[in-house]
Amino acid sequence: MTQLNINVRHVTRIEGHGNIIVNAKDGKIEQITWAIPESPRFFEAMFRGLSYEDVTWIAPRICGICSIAHSTASIQATEAAFGVQLSEQTMLLRKLLYHAETLQSHVLHFYFLAAPDFLGVGSVFPLVNTHKEVVLRALRLKKLANDLADLIGGRKTHPNSCVVGGFAKFPEVSQLKTMQQRLSQAIGDLKETVKLFKGLEIPDFIRETEYIALKDPKEYAFISGSIASTDTGIAAVTDYLNITNEFCVPQSTAKFSKHNRDSYMVGALARFNNNYSQLLPEAQKAAEELGLKALCHNPYMISVAQIVESTHAVEDSLRLIDQLLARELKEEKPDVKVKAGRGIGAVEAPRGILFHDYTYDDNGILIEANCVIPTNQNHNNIQKDMETLVPRIINQPQEEITHMLEMLVRAYDPCISCSTHLLEVKFV
Amino acid sequence: MKPKLGFFDFTGCEGCQLEVLNFENELVELLEHVDIVNFREAIAEKGENYEISFIDGAITTESEIPRIQKIRQQAKILVAMGACACLGGVNCLKNFRPMEENLKIVYGECAGYYNTIPARPINAVVPVDYYLPGCPMNRHEFIKLAKALLLGKKFELPNYPVCVECKLAENVCVFEKGGFCLGLVTRAGCNAICVTTGRRCWGCRGLVDDPNTNSEKEILQKYGLTVDDILKQFSLFNGYYPEVSK
Repeated sequence: MTQLNINVRHVTRIEGHGNIIVNAKDGKIEQITWAIPESPRFFEAMFRGLSYEDVTWIAPRICGICSIAHSTASIQATEAAFGVQLSEQTMLLRKLLYHAETLQSHVLHFYFLAAPDFLGVGSVFPLVNTHKEVVLRALRLKKLANDLADLIGGRKTHPNSCVVGGFAKFPEVSQLKTMQQRLSQAIGDLKETVKLFKGLEIPDFIRETEYIALKDPKEYAFISGSIASTDTGIAAVTDYLNITNEFCVPQSTAKFSKHNRDSYMVGALARFNNNYSQLLPEAQKAAEELGLKALCHNPYMISVAQIVESTHAVEDSLRLIDQLLARELKEEKPDVKVKAGRGIGAVEAPRGILFHDYTYDDNGILIEANCVIPTNQNHNNIQKDMETLVPRIINQPQEEITHMLEMLVRAYDPCISCSTHLLEVKFV
Repeated sequence: MKPKLGFFDFTGCEGCQLEVLNFENELVELLEHVDIVNFREAIAEKGENYEISFIDGAITTESEIPRIQKIRQQAKILVAMGACACLGGVNCLKNFRPMEENLKIVYGECAGYYNTIPARPINAVVPVDYYLPGCPMNRHEFIKLAKALLLGKKFELPNYPVCVECKLAENVCVFEKGGFCLGLVTRAGCNAICVTTGRRCWGCRGLVDDPNTNSEKEILQKYGLTVDDILKQFSLFNGYYPEVSK
């Protein structure tokens, strides 16, 4: 009879620390646990008493990989609290900057963190010798995304030009034109990426779950819209606490979430499942070629959804630059009047829907903060996937089961650093 | 024999490790000269035979103390990367209130599941050989250090304030614009990137040695400030140090 004793301490090629524990005796499963031992960071506590300028300056430090998402959520929460009106130019620039991070993070994930599993190596580094073209293409796409972030946001990691009410620095027209040329060339690299992933064997594992993402009637949503669920429809951003329902589990410093079922998923696949019809044409084509159809219930397809979204990000960046060039860039001064109040910022980080919820006093000093992180919302779904997957593959060798579980965790692209510092606890 | 490198993350955002992966142009070349044997964020292998260790993040839990001590024992050279490892960084903001209160604010009634200790930089626990300050660290400074280590040359951080680089960049002084800036006493090496981008300096690279004797005194005088006034504003990234107001 099957004996299993899997204890993967600190899964590699993910952002942050996560452990997988599976025990089975005589074919009977005794324990399946996805545990997060990451050191908690206490941002919600650290924000208290800081001015809005300092809060929005350190919020990106929640996560180095999705610092633009945290910066944007933090700034938008503050703008909502103060009732700041944004110009059309600010929204165009903000969306453009946002695409840079989506592209950068997705490329990093599917080439550097996920692809080595499919190509049978431990990391992207040995591929320099065997698949140099693949590595150079990945680096080219990553550099493009980083350069776009530098151009609009000042720098990729912890952007410094985005401020409450707008931007502190603006790109030159000539820089935007050069960037546009490079983005057009990247469409070719993304087509090659589709070809590469088309040839890889994605594990066939289906478990139905609920998918939650932002939805905007005007476009495939990243930084605007309401909350959409494939189970329960649309909800206002201000109702987010009724969706996220965070709770603590002793094995993890990260909090867990559930809504309509035992668990739900956020991220590229959840966005695709809610908003696929709003993808731009090249992205639609990529989805078709890769066999991704909504509703897709296979978590291993998250990487595929990321490739589709990367194509969308590049296509939409081209459109946004067209619009910026057509209307002439102006150096707009942010118009911010501080007032007491509460505001919620909701954005789609690369790994899924992210909420920052701030309450400020009359002087713009933060009184209370709550941040709900995408990876936290996924932890419970990862746990439930494992509980369904292990019995189905229990007769395979232990190494194979371990590998499948590690691949599953990596598919979610968990970002654990940012998931360990939640807010006020909600009990379920 | 190529030198063997290990990258290890403690409490932080992992943005500095990400900066290492962001050397799109230099990464392939760097890999010709070194072996990366341990880099959890990027590789599956976990080699323990590293000679040079790069540490990012601060120490904020009991369990991180023996872990960094073990790394120090193994590594001939230990490099602290980024504000968290070099100074404690933003993590030290939690030191301004009791740890029980932090746990309560974040975990509510579940606070008892977890523990935490006041945040501290790496050199508060083990000796550090080289520092790459900044939030995030400066990629070019990393390459400079990597080259110096490979060639056996000396590596030194600038010991003049960001102000000097800001003047070279021909920025309008933040004080001139009516703002407040920490560039007067913060260690240079970032090319004054935040002021150049239209913001101000928050001091993420830490203090220059001996800020009281620095050459920017006349600017301080012009705006009626003392070094102590500036230090009081240093809490965002430098909360570990007693001279900073809590």
